[in-house]
Amino acid sequence: MSLDLQAMTGGFDDAPVQSARAFRAALDALSRPGMIVTVTGAVPPAPLSVAAGVLLLTLVDGTTPVHLAGDWDCALVRDWITFHCGAPLVSPQDAVFAVGCWAALQPVGRFAIGRADYPDRAATLIVEMPLLVNDRMRLAGPGIADTALLSLPEVAAFQDNRALFPLGFDAFLTCGDRLAGLPRSTRVEAV
Amino acid sequence: MTEATQSPQTTARQVWIGLLARARPDRVAALLPDMPDHAVLRPAEVGAVMVRGRMGAVGAPFNLGEMSVTRCSVRLAEGTVGHGYVQGRDKDHARRAAVLDALMQTGQGPVVQADVLNVLAAEEAARRLARAEKAAATKVDFFTLVRGEDK
Repeated sequence: MSLDLQAMTGGFDDAPVQSARAFRAALDALSRPGMIVTVTGAVPPAPLSVAAGVLLLTLVDGTTPVHLAGDWDCALVRDWITFHCGAPLVSPQDAVFAVGCWAALQPVGRFAIGRADYPDRAATLIVEMPLLVNDRMRLAGPGIADTALLSLPEVAAFQDNRALFPLGFDAFLTCGDRLAGLPRSTRVEAV
Repeated sequence: MTEATQSPQTTARQVWIGLLARARPDRVAALLPDMPDHAVLRPAEVGAVMVRGRMGAVGAPFNLGEMSVTRCSVRLAEGTVGHGYVQGRDKDHARRAAVLDALMQTGQGPVVQADVLNVLAAEEAARRLARAEKAAATKVDFFTLVRGEDK
């Protein structure tokens, strides 16, 4: 397939139904930190994972600037987002959504954390993970009955982010067709 | 992009995409009853665009109002990609316009031009002429009025 064509395939076939299901899955993941959900419907170009592609198709449009970090900032991914979402591609400071692996997103202090009067004006990071399992880090906070486990890329950055509450960024962790949510309200510690 | 920097191919494509966008959905369907094999890249979706105008075509731009627009993108079996943006909410119209846009970029372009686009262009010209004639019939020529002091 030519570059142009790959950028134009892989969107939702039935956008109203698929995006509603994906939105529900994203909502579940973010309101139950530690819960891993499976999503389908998008076939984005590499290195975007299926889950990251579904999140972009569902949450991103012309009013939500996106930052692509590291290897994710390639011509094919840019064209795919432009064709399917129509989102402007911007620098980290202006981004409402950011996509990339954890290393490429560093330093995460660059991203918007909202303001005291508008805490919702914060960035959402879509962190592509090589592995996503319920292990290694303990989560606690709203949406978690006792504690939950999740394999986060690191602890310190999320503890710093929690200290900013009610400001701070929110994150989705994606791996293949699975995703988990980590809102700014979650307390994180290493097991 | 200004016209000076635009390639002739782009200008020609704008002409036929514009023609398909303004055409009547039933006429497009009548002229292209059977669509060739194609895959849908982006299913037809309805949206709205803001139509802007300039007073006397030279003044400051103002928002005239929103209009419904339907768009669709398809790929023919041999790989040509076509996009359709049409006025109104007829999804079939948008899909046919996208298929026709793709066909125009293939070897079948001259056939499509003769069988579909030229017919649509003639119908559009007739529509405009009929409207202009109807408007012209109501025109009042003020210069025929005679004022007393001219005697």
